[in-house]
Amino acid sequence: MLLITCPHCGVSGEETEFAPGGEAHLKRFGPGSEEGEFAGYLFYRKNPKGPHFERWRHAYGCGKWFHVARDTVTLEIFGAYKATETAPPQEILDRIAARGKA
Amino acid sequence: MSDPVTATGGARFAGPECAISDLGPLGMVTIRGEAGDPAFAAAVEAETGFGLPPVRRFEGEAEAGLCWMSPDEWLLTCPYTEAEARAGRLRTAFGGLHALAVNVSDARAAFRIEGEGARALLARGAPVDLAPAAFGIGDVRRTRLGQVAAAFWLGRDGAFRLVCFRSVGAYVFDWLKASAASGARPAGF
Repeated sequence: MLLITCPHCGVSGEETEFAPGGEAHLKRFGPGSEEGEFAGYLFYRKNPKGPHFERWRHAYGCGKWFHVARDTVTLEIFGAYKATETAPPQEILDRIAARGKA
Repeated sequence: MSDPVTATGGARFAGPECAISDLGPLGMVTIRGEAGDPAFAAAVEAETGFGLPPVRRFEGEAEAGLCWMSPDEWLLTCPYTEAEARAGRLRTAFGGLHALAVNVSDARAAFRIEGEGARALLARGAPVDLAPAAFGIGDVRRTRLGQVAAAFWLGRDGAFRLVCFRSVGAYVFDWLKASAASGARPAGF
């Protein structure tokens, strides 16, 4: 069971109150892009064993999208940050590095 | 005009530890706008009589008040017959602001849960810390109850008010009823 803190409303809730939205920080390749790039954007996803950046939505709460940094092995949550940020904040990267998992 | 009818038709249930009742037709107006915009906050306060409540807070008495819903959404609760006019006055007050007010009274069901076992009853279905130290008077939580979305707040009179979508109103009432009938309490309350 994951315990996630929503960065929008500050509520700490359990996993069932949230909805997962897949890999975070995808770069969109639209019309005019190479077929390979478009296929990569549309179909190919990382599936790391370790720290992973994901999109989540506070589906049963405030309804906002945000990002979560999570370890897929230990299920440790390194932190959550707003969906408007295009890259993980340094403090979360530091926390991951402190675990020796940069 | 047709008479308003609630999802459960005024259902009531008195269990050993708590009582659940349909609140009857309740006026509910959804307000959305930019919390940080002083013009929006002033318009809401002028029309509703309440300042924008901070995160997870309810301002008001009994069923009438202003409830936080999300960082850019609030719910005004008032007598059913006033809802349409109040939504209209809010829209007028917003003028050209990027904000909205909509009467959602008929889209929702509202219940009152009171009694010693009220906290324990909600705690059985919602993943929320409902210990008195963690959830006090005027606190609001939008969450999951059983299998559906719901929002509840604790009033000054010690009773919880719960709102959910009308389509699941009967389910929520039955869920609360079945859960309250046993009278069992989780440890700690």
